[in-house]
Amino acid sequence: MLSRTASNLFWMGRHLERAETAARLLDVGQRITLLPNTEAGYQNEWNSLLQASGASARFAEKHGEITQEKIEDFIFFDRQNPSSVASCIEKARESGRIVRTALTSEVWDALNVAYQELRKIEKKPRSKVDTASLTEFTTGHTATVRGAINSTQLRNDGWHFMHLGYGLERADATARLLDVKYFVLLPRVEFVGSGLDSYQWQVILRALSAHRAFHWAYRGDVSAGRVADFLILNGESPRSLITSLYEATWHLEGISKRYGDAVPATARDKAREVLAALQARDIDMIFDEGLHEFLSWFINEISLVSMRVHEDYLLGGA
Amino acid sequence: MNFYNEMFDGERVREPYARLSDWVATMPDDFRQMKQAEAETLFRRIGITFAVYGEGGDPDRLIPFDMMPRVFEQAEWRRLERGIKQRARALNAFLRDVYGRGEIVRAGRIPARLVYQNEAYEKAVVGVVPPRGVYSHIIGIDLVRTAKDEFFVLEDNCRTPSGVSYMLENREIMMRMFPQLFRGNRIEPVDQYPELLRRTLESVAPSKCTDRPTCVVLTPGHFNSAYYEHSFLANLMGVELVEGADLFVDGEFVYMRTTQGPKRVDVIYRRIDDPFLDPLCFRPDSMLGVPGLMDVYRSGGVSICSAPGAGVADDKAIYTFVPEMVRFYLGEEPLLNNVHTWTLWKQDDYRYVMENLADLVVKEVHGSGGYGMLVGPKASKAEVEAFRRKIEANPSNYIAQPTLSLSTCPTFVEEGIAPRHVDLRPYCLCGDRIELVPGGLTRVALREGSLVVNSSQGGGVKDTWVLSE
Repeated sequence: MLSRTASNLFWMGRHLERAETAARLLDVGQRITLLPNTEAGYQNEWNSLLQASGASARFAEKHGEITQEKIEDFIFFDRQNPSSVASCIEKARESGRIVRTALTSEVWDALNVAYQELRKIEKKPRSKVDTASLTEFTTGHTATVRGAINSTQLRNDGWHFMHLGYGLERADATARLLDVKYFVLLPRVEFVGSGLDSYQWQVILRALSAHRAFHWAYRGDVSAGRVADFLILNGESPRSLITSLYEATWHLEGISKRYGDAVPATARDKAREVLAALQARDIDMIFDEGLHEFLSWFINEISLVSMRVHEDYLLGGA
Repeated sequence: MNFYNEMFDGERVREPYARLSDWVATMPDDFRQMKQAEAETLFRRIGITFAVYGEGGDPDRLIPFDMMPRVFEQAEWRRLERGIKQRARALNAFLRDVYGRGEIVRAGRIPARLVYQNEAYEKAVVGVVPPRGVYSHIIGIDLVRTAKDEFFVLEDNCRTPSGVSYMLENREIMMRMFPQLFRGNRIEPVDQYPELLRRTLESVAPSKCTDRPTCVVLTPGHFNSAYYEHSFLANLMGVELVEGADLFVDGEFVYMRTTQGPKRVDVIYRRIDDPFLDPLCFRPDSMLGVPGLMDVYRSGGVSICSAPGAGVADDKAIYTFVPEMVRFYLGEEPLLNNVHTWTLWKQDDYRYVMENLADLVVKEVHGSGGYGMLVGPKASKAEVEAFRRKIEANPSNYIAQPTLSLSTCPTFVEEGIAPRHVDLRPYCLCGDRIELVPGGLTRVALREGSLVVNSSQGGGVKDTWVLSE
């Protein structure tokens, strides 16, 4: 497979997942603003979210002061924000168009429809569009594309590269969302253990579509330890760090098995190593070493895996 | 003017259309409209659209598809086929010659200036003989018909003729929508074209290639108006569709960047123009090409189809000499006629053309796509005079031809069915063999009375049938 083709499939997966992440950020932010907040008001919460998506500086430069409308516009519609839902869907569709012969018509249809619908939403007056419908639009369409991929694509190297993109992006995104929780809450010692605290953990769960799943898995109170365990180490949770990384590793194993020993597999080796390190931990150890420190380590490791995917496969050995 | 109607001879239906005439006569209006809409949906779904450069508007435009097929009898086709193959052989012999000793110029049959000062003549490949001596591997020859047995060649396309995807998709869509038509008529298939193209490309692999050759299609990228065709052909041939940046030169070979490391490429079917092939050899600002490609080509490490420099054979000024090439290289009489052409750099011709401008078709020597031309009988006085001034400014930039009475073929129009003018572009493949699939692309001028069939000027396309015996 051409490196460029693999690269487009990989980034198609990443951008679709990233679009979903942006929509979830919007949702989590919107819920947090519904909380009674005593100090800096909701501005502080939004800023944490922007930081998590790595777009805080760009937003400040463009808009300065934070308002609900500006944030919505920035995270969903703004083409100058490379992580906005609109940017990501457009880029995913562009990648798909370039490698159309590597996609089934079902996948292309789903991708193309998502893009056409996006353009319809963009034409509506903003006052007619509520935040919840934006989130639903995004998660709905990205799920349709993913469904089309899984039910129609050949299980070849191209399929592995798409899912590798999904997996690495998801691992990264969940870690960043959790880091938002760290930014928002940990410094405010006075709230830890209060009702407010548990409400905010629930917001995170909801934003990851994991609210019900959590209760099925733990059947009990929401506590920091349980939520963190669910989102980091629980192999049943679909967006947990360990599940996302496990799946990314599985696809890397698939690629290297297919290509044999002649092609370097440093990305697979790195992914195996990080996965083993994750499996060796329990949640208390993570809290002892510091949640933020742990998440920073993980985000860095994922970006190393991503770089090695690039080196192993996407440069074409030139 | 009297036009040859390919379906009707007065009231009588001509033989090849006998079965079709019932089909047309019994088709209810609403059924026809439904089918037309269905065809459009199918084309959009498949994604065959084209963009017209510099016109703006909808970037995903469809070429109008006419459901009424155009039909040739087996005997008619055989004659055409012989003529096309003969012409293809002569054109390649000419290219071999002018990049070698230039016998035809020495013999005084073609003026040296027209060949060696031609913009399309590539000095960079003088003395390089590509595998099997073939320069142009896919030749699109545009034909028009004026009577039962009278065909004329309008122009040759030796570089990278486009449109073959329409020939294939038109047939697919007709078969899907009207299977009963294909059961009732015995129609020669065309869907072997991609297979033949791949075999042709493999047959001209360079001598340094010892394994089964790896072929690729080189596209300028997905912004190009013919991108659909590039990806379509690559997909049907089962070869990679590459852009310049996917290829690189290392030592004496060209490689593509793959997920499993560099993979050697032996044959490049390029759909980018000569000046963009290699920034080290041609335009230094080209982002579409591969630095060093021409060195590898010249030393026999890779084949490029069509070969750089092949364009010198399809220039409108060279065109007038193609019958001469057939006599000179093949010792045969041409089976296909040229349209009589006045070349405006000759004094006598110039005088004649200027006196009869309103009756003639005048074209730019290097123009294409129906742009920059004058159709005298269809133009207003003012347009003719404006064009006259352009010719006066630079006579050698123009050629003139009589206005041909192009044949017509029944075509579905708003009011039902009516005759419209058509031309034909068959695609001739030249490798170890010279081959032609029975059919081609029929273009139809959808505007009543119009003689311009180019898609950029309101032309449509039709499925083209060759009946088997």
